[in-house]
Amino acid sequence: MSVAASSRFKTLLPGAFLVLVFFGAALISFFYTPFDVETLNIKNRMLTPNAVNWLGTDHFGRDILSMLMVGARTSIAVAFIAVGIGVLFGVPLGLLAASYRGRWADEFIMRGNDLVFAFPALLIAIMITAVFGPGAVNAIIAIGIFNVPVFARLTRGASLSLWNREFIMAARVAGKGSARISFEHILPNILNLLIVQSTIQFSLGILAEAGLSYVGLGAQPPTPSWGRMLADSQTLTTVAPHLALFPGMVIVLTVLGLNLLGDGLRDWLDPRLRRER
Amino acid sequence: MIIDKRSFTALLLAAAFSGSALAAKTDITLGMALEPPNLDPTGGAAAAIDEVVYANIFEGLTRFKADGSVHPALASEWSIENEGKRYVFTLQSGVKFHDGADFTADDVKFSIERAKADDSTNAQKGLFENITSVEVIDDATVAIDLETPDGNLLFNLAWGDAIILDSESADNAATAPIGTGPFTFSNWVQGDRIEIEKNPDYWGEAVALEKATFKFISDPTAAFASLMAGDVDAFPNYPAPENLVQLEADPRFKVVVGTTEGETILSMNNKSEALADVRVRQAIAHAIDRQAIVDGAMFGYGTPIGSHFAPHHPSYIDLTGNSTFDQDKARALLKEAGVEGDISLSLKLPPPAYARRGGEIIAAQLREVGIETTIENVEWAQWLEQVFKGKDFDLTIVSHTEPLDIGIYARDDYYFQYNNPNFNELMAAFSKEIDIEQRDIMLKQAQTIISEDYVNGFLFQLAKTGVANTKINGLWENQPTQANDLTGVSWSD
Repeated sequence: MSVAASSRFKTLLPGAFLVLVFFGAALISFFYTPFDVETLNIKNRMLTPNAVNWLGTDHFGRDILSMLMVGARTSIAVAFIAVGIGVLFGVPLGLLAASYRGRWADEFIMRGNDLVFAFPALLIAIMITAVFGPGAVNAIIAIGIFNVPVFARLTRGASLSLWNREFIMAARVAGKGSARISFEHILPNILNLLIVQSTIQFSLGILAEAGLSYVGLGAQPPTPSWGRMLADSQTLTTVAPHLALFPGMVIVLTVLGLNLLGDGLRDWLDPRLRRER
Repeated sequence: MIIDKRSFTALLLAAAFSGSALAAKTDITLGMALEPPNLDPTGGAAAAIDEVVYANIFEGLTRFKADGSVHPALASEWSIENEGKRYVFTLQSGVKFHDGADFTADDVKFSIERAKADDSTNAQKGLFENITSVEVIDDATVAIDLETPDGNLLFNLAWGDAIILDSESADNAATAPIGTGPFTFSNWVQGDRIEIEKNPDYWGEAVALEKATFKFISDPTAAFASLMAGDVDAFPNYPAPENLVQLEADPRFKVVVGTTEGETILSMNNKSEALADVRVRQAIAHAIDRQAIVDGAMFGYGTPIGSHFAPHHPSYIDLTGNSTFDQDKARALLKEAGVEGDISLSLKLPPPAYARRGGEIIAAQLREVGIETTIENVEWAQWLEQVFKGKDFDLTIVSHTEPLDIGIYARDDYYFQYNNPNFNELMAAFSKEIDIEQRDIMLKQAQTIISEDYVNGFLFQLAKTGVANTKINGLWENQPTQANDLTGVSWSD
C-alpha cells in the first residue's frame, strides 16, 4: 500500500463509514423503524436501554432509536436541500461574477454576498423563522441563504485564476461566449472544490438544523428532530441522562463523519496535494 | 504584630459562624419563572405582577388568605345596607402609604373610580362594573353603591386588580409602586430581580423578614441549578415537575404540592368551521386520555377535571364522566357529524410545559381517532396576538389561573367564542344572588352546562408544585390567587 493510500484511510474511510451509517439509518427508516415514532406510550417512558428498546425510550415512551433514525431523515433533508440552494444560487453567481471580473456586475454581486455573509448565520435563520413562522421549510430556506455567499465566493475565487489560463483563451478564440465557457470549461475544473465544500456545508447544515430545532424554530412536532430531542430532554438530564446523550452523540458523530469525509475528499481530489505525496 | 496561623484560622471560623448560628435568617430569595412587565396590578393582566406585589406591597379593602377565604385588609369592618345594594366600609386607622401620605377614604374612591374609568387599563374591569358610585362619608368611612345586589363584592375587592393606590403616586405604580403593605419596593434590576424591604411603619402585624428578593429564572434547567447552588431559597411555582422527585429526595428541600386556580384546558374555537359542531367537540373530549396527559406532561402532578371548575372549591361537582376516554365513541361521533377521517385542525401551543408536552400527547391521541392536527409552538406574545385577540386558531392549550373564573364562558366575544344565552342568563343571575345555597346550586348548574356543551376539552387542574428550603415556614401551600404572600414567612434556625 502506498503512503498516499494509507493516509487516505485515516480520514476518508472512517468519514465515509460514519456518513454511510447515518445515511443508511435514514434510508431504512423509510421502510422500517423498530417502533412507530408518532405513537406515544406514557407508561413506558424514560426506560433505560434494554433488549426491546435498544437505546431506551423518551419522556413520552417513544423508542429513541426509531426517533433518531427518522430524525436523521429530517436532518439530511434539511441540510441537503439547504446546501442545494447554496450551490444552485451561489455557483452561478460566482461564475457570473468571475466572468465579469473587475466590472460593476462583479462588484454588485460580491458586495451583495458580503452583506449576507456579514450577518451571523443563526441570526438570519432566527429572523426568517420569526417572520414566516417556524417549520422545516423555513429552516431550509434560512440555512440555504447563508450557504449562497459561501459558494459564490469559492466559485468566483477559483474561477478567476482559470480565466487567465491558455485553454480558456483557446475557447474564447474559438468563439465561445462567457456563459458557455463558464459552464463547459470553468465549472468542471472547480468541481472538486465544490464537492469538498459541499460536504463541509452539509455538516454545518446539520448543526444549524439541530440548533434551530433546539430553540424551537426547526421541524415542528411530531416530526422527530435531533435538536428538539436535545431540547426536550434538557430538564431531564439529571433523571434520565440517556435522553440527551444519544441525540447529542449522533449529532457529534455525524458532523465528525462529514468533516472527515470532506478532508479525505479534498486530499483525494486535489491534484496538487496528490502530486506532493 | 504576629498572629500564628492556627489562631487566625480559628478567628476566621468564629467570625463566619457567629452571625448565622445565633439568629435565624431574615432575608429570602424567591425564584419565579416569569418577570412582571410592570408592577401595577391595576394596569396589567400578567400573573407575575401580583406574584410580586400582592399583599406584600399593595393591599385592598379585603384580601385573600392562604386558604382562599376573604378577610378584612384595609377595611376593618363593613355593613350591608339598602337590601344588599350599599356596602359601608370602616377603614383601618393610622395607615400610611410608603411615601408617608395618609390612607383615607378619598384614596378608596380614587382607586375604584380609576379602575372603572373609560380609559382604565385594568385587566379585570368586570369586577367593578356593578359599582355605581363611591361615597366618602368621612376620612375613615366609605360607602360603595351597587346597581344590583352583589354577593361577589367582597370577593371581587380582594383581587390584586382592586388594590388601593394613592392619587399622588398612582401614575408611577408601574415602576415605583407605593402601597400600604408590609414591604416597600426598593430595587428592580430588569431581567434579573426585584427587591423589597420591610416597611418599619406598617400598620398591621410586623413581618419577620427584613428583605426579600424575587429572582426571575425562566429556564427550567437554570431554575434547578439555582436551587441546588443555594442562590434561590424557594421556588413557589417550580416550573419543571420532572425534577421534583430528585428535589424531594434532597434533605435541604421540601416539596409542597398544593392546588392552584389553574384550570388547564384544551381550548376550542367554537366558531371555527369544524368545531362549531358540538359532536366534533364531544368527540375530541372523548379522544383525550387525561391521565396520560397528567402523567406525561406533568409527571403525575394535576387533578383531572370535567368542567371549568376547581376541584377544591366547595361547589365542585365531578363531571369527568361526561368525557371519559373512549376512542370508539369519539370515532362514532365523528362519523355521525360526517367528518370522519377528514378533519385537520391547528393546535397552537404557548411555552409552558403543560402546553408544549400536553400538546404533543393530545396530537397523538387525536390522531388515533382520525383527527389530524398541525402543531405550532408560539411565544406568549404571539399567543396573545393570534389566539387570544385574533381568535385565529382551532385548538390551543392554556391554564386559566384566575379564581372562580367560570364567568368567562358568559362572554360571547371571549377567545373560544362560546355562545349560550341560557348560560349568560345563569351567570347574570348568579352575580346578583346573595343566598349561599342558591349560589351553590347555580355554580353547579353552570359547571354542568359547559361540560355538556363540550365547550372546551377540560384537562386537569394545575398543581402548585412549590420547592422551598426546609427551614422556611409560612409560604402558601395552595394558590387561591396569583400571589407570593410573604407576610407570614419566616426562617426557623
